[in-house]
Amino acid sequence: MSYIPKPKVSHPGLAKNKLGLTIRDYEGGLSTLCAGCGHDSITAAIIKSCFELSIEPHRVGKMSGIGCSSKTPGYFLSSAHGFNSVHGRMPSVTTGANAANRNLTYLAVSGDGDTASIGIGQFAHVIRRKLNMLYIVENNGCYGLTKGQFSATADVGSKSKRGVANEMDPIDPAAFALQMGAGFVARSFSGDKDQLVPLIKAGLNYNGFALIDVISPCVTFNNHEGSTKSYAHVRSHEAEVNVVDFIPARNEIAVDYAKGDATQVTLHDGSTMMLRKLDQNYDPENRLEALKQIQTHQMKNEVITGLLFLDPKESEMHDMISTPKKSLREFELAELCPGKEALEALNKSWG
Amino acid sequence: MKQIEATNEFVIRFANINGTGSASANGMLAKSFFKLGLPIGPKNIFPSNIQGLPTWYEVRVSEAGYTGRRGGSDVTVAMNPQTFKQDVEHLHPGGYLVYDSTKRLNEDHKRNDINYIGVPISEMARDHFLNAKSREMLKNVIYVGALAALFDIELEVFYGLVREQFPTKPKLHDGNFKALDLGYNYTKEHYPCPCGIKVSKRELVTSKIILNGNEALGLGAVYAGATVVGWYPLTPSTSVIESFSKYCNKFRKSKDGAQHYAIIQAEDEIAAAGMVVGASWNGARAFTATSGPGISLMSEFIGYAYYAEIPMVLFNIQRCGPSTGMPTRTQQSDLLLCAYASHGDTKHIMLFPSSVKECFEFSVRAFDLADRYQTPVFVMSDLELGMNDYVSAPLQWDESYQHDRGKVLNHETLDSMKDKFYRYLDIDDDGVPYRTYPGIHPSGAYFTRGSGHDKFGRYTEDGGLYQENMERISKKFHTAINHLPKPRKIIRDDSFGVGIVSIGTTSEPLHEAAEILKTRGVQVNEMLIVSFPFGDEVREFCENHQQVIVIDQNRDAQLKTLLVNELGLNPESLDSICSYDGNPVMASFLVESLSKKIKENAL
Ligand SMILES: Cc1ncc(C[n+]2csc(CCOP(=O)(O)OP(=O)(O)O)c2C)c(N)n1
Ligand code: SF4
Ligand SMILES: [Mg+2]
Repeated sequence: MSYIPKPKVSHPGLAKNKLGLTIRDYEGGLSTLCAGCGHDSITAAIIKSCFELSIEPHRVGKMSGIGCSSKTPGYFLSSAHGFNSVHGRMPSVTTGANAANRNLTYLAVSGDGDTASIGIGQFAHVIRRKLNMLYIVENNGCYGLTKGQFSATADVGSKSKRGVANEMDPIDPAAFALQMGAGFVARSFSGDKDQLVPLIKAGLNYNGFALIDVISPCVTFNNHEGSTKSYAHVRSHEAEVNVVDFIPARNEIAVDYAKGDATQVTLHDGSTMMLRKLDQNYDPENRLEALKQIQTHQMKNEVITGLLFLDPKESEMHDMISTPKKSLREFELAELCPGKEALEALNKSWG
Repeated sequence: MKQIEATNEFVIRFANINGTGSASANGMLAKSFFKLGLPIGPKNIFPSNIQGLPTWYEVRVSEAGYTGRRGGSDVTVAMNPQTFKQDVEHLHPGGYLVYDSTKRLNEDHKRNDINYIGVPISEMARDHFLNAKSREMLKNVIYVGALAALFDIELEVFYGLVREQFPTKPKLHDGNFKALDLGYNYTKEHYPCPCGIKVSKRELVTSKIILNGNEALGLGAVYAGATVVGWYPLTPSTSVIESFSKYCNKFRKSKDGAQHYAIIQAEDEIAAAGMVVGASWNGARAFTATSGPGISLMSEFIGYAYYAEIPMVLFNIQRCGPSTGMPTRTQQSDLLLCAYASHGDTKHIMLFPSSVKECFEFSVRAFDLADRYQTPVFVMSDLELGMNDYVSAPLQWDESYQHDRGKVLNHETLDSMKDKFYRYLDIDDDGVPYRTYPGIHPSGAYFTRGSGHDKFGRYTEDGGLYQENMERISKKFHTAINHLPKPRKIIRDDSFGVGIVSIGTTSEPLHEAAEILKTRGVQVNEMLIVSFPFGDEVREFCENHQQVIVIDQNRDAQLKTLLVNELGLNPESLDSICSYDGNPVMASFLVESLSKKIKENAL
């Protein structure tokens, strides 16, 4: 992940967001990933989402583990704080960070190896804790950075570049997250920015644990015929359940989505999600249904995408541990220290 | 027959089965000695089990003030049939064996050089207490009553302790009083009371406290202003977290019920360490408490925190390894593990408390050091210190004390800075860089990574830039020496013949041993090391003595190895004594082994 600063060219014609920032202000260093890597498309979608949401870049914690995918926080929001942790352990670092300061936005990027192989334990528990974060899995079914070994999300029969077929059952990050109790679960495809951007925006605004499993082909090791995580495979086997549009609370522009098969979901901060259903039977507030759909499509060798589940009762870790609204790190140490008199009273009780 | 005669200098040992409620009764007896103004040294010797296995509790009473483990026993209360034979054999000749005489004594449990005090404990309990559950518990109280008679302690002392123990449950008082009376009266009637061992009121512990090390560590973290804990249960460290939790509950709750702390029980120690790193990175004071197996799991994050320069406080309550080892027995065998934890070139600050008071003080200090030097800091306690009660001077808090958050740039400074902020620059030429908390200011942002980086915090694979940064971290480590607590010395021999080096819980029995040697005309000097990296005082002590003996509570002489390695000392110049059977080091062992080691020509 070399740090190659991009030349900051000012484009007077560039659109500005509510903070007066342009999309350039949301970019990062130049990517050093392989040309055509799905991960770069996700980076672009993240940049667009944060720009459109008018998030203050320095109020974002960019969290990641280790892998090609986990390098990408270097390529967006250069004025945010980045934390490139160790392999598979990003969730615990984010948990600690969030415990210390609940008032930042935590945008985390991980790989399928980082999440479903070495990191499956931390992935499970961060969901159980309902940590308020957006967790994006850049899922390519292999270990990109260590040159293409199968990860735990590789489908049965999926072939490696060398032609060896995977025989072990895959872990589906979305289904797994549903079972662990995630409040927001979506799946998308790196090549589908129209679908991905509103999902990222909604996930960032969700007050609780939000997962987006993004199929993101590895062009170098896993984009050939026989790989179920290749561009060709996903494009021909994708089944969208809904089309999502996200409208932040501050945005008063009425969108004319309410026609036809659209439902509207309002998040805690007043922002709304418009869901235009493609599948008439699909109810995104039904966890069981979501699991069933994932399984059903998987059996048909299809990849289901869209907002799979959303729990409108947003709740998060801080509700469970009764911490104050003010971040713990904002308290002065002197304020947290019981002082001399209290210690003298304790001494008496130990005498 | 010989009877041990002693006043205020003896060891009493209780042999029980764990899970039978003996701990509170035994603790009550220990507390009674303390209430009578005597220094005590209680020690728990317990199994890694919840119910049904042998457990021992020893209390050393010492008017002279030696409260380390002495060895042997003068009075034994033998309540465990499984270990009865062993307990009989363990008693010193002339000692007193208190046992339940409801059943007749087995022939091979008879010795003719000890005094048997049979009390029909089960029978009395059966006759007087109907409730089966409380009957079991009260059996223990009956023998406390018997001991009160033998030691000639007024029952009122125990009544008072019962009331203290159950302040809100007066219903429980009567049963306890009755049990005390039963044991007391029976013993008075059937045996000469007091026995040869007497307890006589003194005023040696006026204004002293009784506390265990783990409780002091947890409380220290509250005083340090720690707010985030990531932890995973592991004996003997769990009670550090319980203490932190207890005192947070007392001091850190606002009127509206908000808790100004976050205690997160992680899924394992890897996650616990990750939480500490994440919280510290984000500006909270955070810590974990664990023991050897936990440190092994945390190692990857410890190296990360070292290299990315994130404060991290770890309380390591050492236990007997390797692997699961003997988890409820004590050792100091993680010295090398913690000094160099994690792969690559890493070195860590360690503090070695040797008393309850130091547990409290070092706990607070560890957070200041971690913040100032932006690095992991280990507080190296052990099971003996952590889980046993000690008589101590009261804990103190100086109101003028200022917590040291180290070099942190705040919003105002960042706002007015002319130069751009870079994370790893050595601005002050002390190796310590400046840091910012995330979210404070747009120009304070930087990228935290465990991969190779240069002084600007940028990714690098350039050997020179990588090395420059590594050198600075090493310089920082050496700067830290000036702020670490200094070793303590006791100089008896100013011609510097024999110098003995110890850390932590070894110091107490060592001190006693040195005093015993002194009465035999052998004068030795002591140095108690309290921190790592070692400063010049440690080198000088080792270099100035004709003979240096290092006491280790591990097999491989790890303290000696650290001294040799870090100070470049000749290994031949350091003798070593290792006590590592899992029990606290005994003064008698040290007297014997030192006597063998000390070279004539060094004296
Ligand atoms: C403890 C540890 N073991 C192994 C590695 C080597 N390693 C680096 S990245 C990686 C796999 C990454 O796969 P994934 O998370 O799917 O990311 P991708 O590169 O595919 O985006 C592995 C095994 C490591 N960094 N740390
Ligand atoms: S190896 Fe694969 S995952 Fe890694 S950058 Fe290249 S294409 Fe992307
Ligand atoms: Mg991958």
